[in-house]
Amino acid sequence: MKKFFQDVKKYYKYIIYSTKSNLKSEVANSYLNWLWWILDPLCFMLVYTFIVQIVFKTNEEYLPVFVLIGLTAWNFFNSTMNGSVKLVSSNKSIVTKVYIPKYILILIKMFTNLFKMMISWGLILIMMLIFKVPYTLYMLQFFPVLIVLFVLSFGFATILMHFGVFVEDLSNIIKIVLKLTFYLSGIFYAISTRVPAPYNQVLLSLNPVALIIDSFRSTFLYGNFVNYPLLGVWLLIGIIISIIGIKTIQKYENSYVKVMK
Amino acid sequence: MKKYAITVKNLHISYRTLKGFSIKKSLLKLKMSKAEVFEAVRGVSFEVEKGKILGIVGKNGSGKSTLLRSIAGIFSADSGTIDLHGNTVSLLSIGVGFQSKLTGYENIFLSGMLLGFSEKQIKEKINEIIEFSELGKFIYKPVSSYSSGMHSKLAFSITAILETDIMLIDEVFSVGDIKFKKKSYDKMKELISDENRTVLIVSHSLGTLKELCDEVLWLHDGKIKQIGDPEEVISAYEEFMKKD
Repeated sequence: MKKFFQDVKKYYKYIIYSTKSNLKSEVANSYLNWLWWILDPLCFMLVYTFIVQIVFKTNEEYLPVFVLIGLTAWNFFNSTMNGSVKLVSSNKSIVTKVYIPKYILILIKMFTNLFKMMISWGLILIMMLIFKVPYTLYMLQFFPVLIVLFVLSFGFATILMHFGVFVEDLSNIIKIVLKLTFYLSGIFYAISTRVPAPYNQVLLSLNPVALIIDSFRSTFLYGNFVNYPLLGVWLLIGIIISIIGIKTIQKYENSYVKVMK
Repeated sequence: MKKYAITVKNLHISYRTLKGFSIKKSLLKLKMSKAEVFEAVRGVSFEVEKGKILGIVGKNGSGKSTLLRSIAGIFSADSGTIDLHGNTVSLLSIGVGFQSKLTGYENIFLSGMLLGFSEKQIKEKINEIIEFSELGKFIYKPVSSYSSGMHSKLAFSITAILETDIMLIDEVFSVGDIKFKKKSYDKMKELISDENRTVLIVSHSLGTLKELCDEVLWLHDGKIKQIGDPEEVISAYEEFMKKD
């Protein structure tokens, strides 16, 4: 673990620079450039709002903002998971030329996603103004919930990256699991009211993504306290997974290159 | 007392048990595929003195690149040790990976930082790098628009100008056009003549090795066949290759 913090300290400048250049190269070839980071969540928000309101004829309070919060948190989690499975082979050019602690690659990926997510949160603040959602002090809870999301994603990412090197078709499985998680996380419906008891509480306790999205909604829309004990448990689980992941990576990272074709 | 920069002791590197597998395949076969063992380097020991140049020859697949990569820290040794005595090391090989959508200028920073240099150190050297690479205006264009020659020129320049204590060179003498080849050759000589720099060169151009190296190591099937005076080893190697 000590090595992990030393590495982060040693490479943090590289992480920052590399994150910047990742973001740059992502928009370098499209006409709308960074506008996509705003358009993308907005368009999907419209899609799901349409489905929920017109097709399923149900409604939630402040539906567009409600959906956008779910999508924002989900997109961060989803792209971190998807990216980390193939992370080592997509960085082949770096990995085969110099030594770099492999979790640094995860952090770069995550900070890139974090930046995009922050744009999305900015968008949510504006949407709240438009839909006349009151700003409250409860919104400060955003930061602890974000930390839980970040630590948990990092933990899962370390494990996925490690096995992604050895198992060639892991990404296919992860895609299916993520799709399932997507529908079970209440991106466009409220788990606590739409899912019958006691399953709603079970889902909220066992699916951390659902819990985190629900907490973000309490924070921004409903002005409630979030479920701190439950979030704390998931934070602890996230830390434990991260430690296991980091140790595994440290043990095996020098063999990664051997497996890659 | 001689000062060594690299000490390799009884190095073994194999590719066994580490084959990637797919869940689909193992479900279809209903049995685990047998672990294949391939020992690329088997029991290599040698030392390089600080400031010396060691050439490595051997036919394709004899473990030369594996050896270099393990010294660079990319591979782990299965057994044996590699001691770099605290020196910084960089591996220079054809087609060093760049982020192809970014400009050459940004890639210099990325590569430099990966080699362990600070932003400030790179800024001090960046003009020298750009000048040496002869890319001119292209340095502000995305790397994806480069020709393969320009690609290697930039890669060579970065490693050549940002100097590390130990340089590992994998087949880069054929970089660029005749003019750049000459220039990189001269630069190589200049780098090599620096008394503090230790260099390991893998190459198939025996003439170059003869001229540059203090010592040549002949690797055959992952073992050292011969090590010593360049003239001797290379003529023995040429003799051997003709017979095959």
